[in-house]
Amino acid sequence: MAEPIGIEIRNLYKIFGPNAAALMAAVRDGMTKTELNDKHHHVLGLNNINISMPAGRIQVIMGLSGSGKSTLIRHINRLIDPTAGEVLVGGENVVTMSPDALREFRRHKTAMVFQKFALLPNRTVLENVCYGLEIQNVPRARRVEAAMRWIERVGLKGFESKYPNQLSGGMQQRVGLARALTNDAPILLMDEAFSALDPLIRVDMQTVLLDLQKEIRKTIVFITHDLDEALRLGDAIAILRDGEIIQQGTSQDIVLRPADPYIESFVREVNRGRVIRADAAMTALPEGAAPAIGVDGTTTLEEAGRLMVENAATSLAVRDPASGRPVGMLSMEAILRAVTSRGE
Amino acid sequence: MDWLTTFPQMDDTRLRDLKKVIDEAFRGFTRSYGDAFESMFEPLRIFMVHAERFLVNTPWIVIFALIVGIAWAGSRSRKVVLATVVTMLLIGYFGMWEDTMKTIAMIFVSTFISIVIGIPIGIAMARWNRLQSVINPILDVMQTMPSFVYLIPVVMLLGIGKVPGLIAVVIYAMPPVIRLTNLGIRLVDREMLEAADAFGSSNWQKLKNVQLPLALPTIMAGINQTIMMALAMVVIASMIGVQGLGQPVLRAISNQYFTLGVFNGFAIVGIAIIFDRVSQAFGKRLQKHNEVIHG
Repeated sequence: MAEPIGIEIRNLYKIFGPNAAALMAAVRDGMTKTELNDKHHHVLGLNNINISMPAGRIQVIMGLSGSGKSTLIRHINRLIDPTAGEVLVGGENVVTMSPDALREFRRHKTAMVFQKFALLPNRTVLENVCYGLEIQNVPRARRVEAAMRWIERVGLKGFESKYPNQLSGGMQQRVGLARALTNDAPILLMDEAFSALDPLIRVDMQTVLLDLQKEIRKTIVFITHDLDEALRLGDAIAILRDGEIIQQGTSQDIVLRPADPYIESFVREVNRGRVIRADAAMTALPEGAAPAIGVDGTTTLEEAGRLMVENAATSLAVRDPASGRPVGMLSMEAILRAVTSRGE
Repeated sequence: MDWLTTFPQMDDTRLRDLKKVIDEAFRGFTRSYGDAFESMFEPLRIFMVHAERFLVNTPWIVIFALIVGIAWAGSRSRKVVLATVVTMLLIGYFGMWEDTMKTIAMIFVSTFISIVIGIPIGIAMARWNRLQSVINPILDVMQTMPSFVYLIPVVMLLGIGKVPGLIAVVIYAMPPVIRLTNLGIRLVDREMLEAADAFGSSNWQKLKNVQLPLALPTIMAGINQTIMMALAMVVIASMIGVQGLGQPVLRAISNQYFTLGVFNGFAIVGIAIIFDRVSQAFGKRLQKHNEVIHG
């Protein structure tokens, strides 16, 4: 399996319009999106994006429609050319690659999953999943072997000779996922991959992805407009609005310390008990005996609460997950306060 | 104030001279390059002759079986096959078998040429907008210019015979396959193309694996139209020496043979309907997997 590689995006700008390059200087000097649109009829798609995406983790980019998130993900494999800036993948700058180098990069370093699946309707599931290897001229026997492994892994065994229109949306996206994974690229780009699915199936697919990620350890860039999805999947989350990043951090950072009222208004709708961890809500250990029952600091408050109810306890000891030593205490009251608070 | 009542036209002698100059020039061109053109189109003539010979000289029962077989393979519909059998039997019974074979040979060759030339042009048009804006008006001319007009230079260059007739048919019949290839490729979903790019397809791989397969049903509709238009040219082509069902029709016009005209006319309609139904059913079968069943 390919070694995970990180993605570094530096000073990335994208202006849509015929004279984009000429307007770059004005935008660097602080011209706003509205000004640019009113005066020059150009659209500022991305404004000075800087993100460092960790290798082997899930980076979620969240934003509403029009925020530039789909534009951003398309810069990583250069389906869209930037107006200025750098996209470094494993130290290589994607922006300056020649067409041949870019094609090789796309074949071996990235794979993509699309919102509307983008499966070829005239090909069976197996032939769709093989697609990436087929265009790399991998021998048929080897590509079928690889494809069958992933078809089985995403739970589509027995469907390989079906056509996409014979499958449900959720199953079609499993095909999309299997197609991307069969490429065995270290980077997986997922553009609103689960947004077109029913809520239950979406959660199901999130579970599939999280389970897979434990084993494949790829650098996943996941685009979504759904904060719950972002918080569930993201090791790191970046929130985008009007082409600018307004907050980057872990799910804890976003929920506990929203950067501005805009994010706060999203966070208000979130089920905090499922996001906030025990070590974020704990208080100092009391003098003397610590509570008998302990939980890891990474446990969510919801789970901690359930444990209390099951054991008829009113407080828990919070352990450091690495050393196992108690580092704090979590009381029923602390849980309630964290879950019901509306931000400080 | 004369110019108000009669259109101020070019003076007669100058107009006559202008026409004469152009005619002379073209005649000169014909004299010096006519043979070259003729030898250039020689392969076409050989192709046409062989196709005709095959259809006419093979025992009728073999060709009959072949046509019914193709109808079945294309449409997979018992109704279409039955209609084919009845039509072909009637055509044979009424003594039009040989002429029908010659017409089918002509349709086959001209459709083949239209596809071979038209699809690449359609692909190129879909790729380059500028090319599209150049070719579209040419296609308009090809489709609307009365065929007799372009028959004049073709006959001057190549004389009377199979090849000039074939060229006239191709000029008239090719535009639909070009237009619909262009359209079909342009209608391919953007996300599909992005997916092909994202996996690192070369332009050729994208064309072969994504654009052409997805455009195929539309291209088939174009081919169907091309066949129909070629059939519509049968009578005109027979005026410059293409044999087949057109010639009896021509004879019927000049001699007022009502029944002869009607019989041959119905034979043309009969094979037109067969070609149409078979190629449409085939196009529909190609589309089988493109329909959305699940949301």
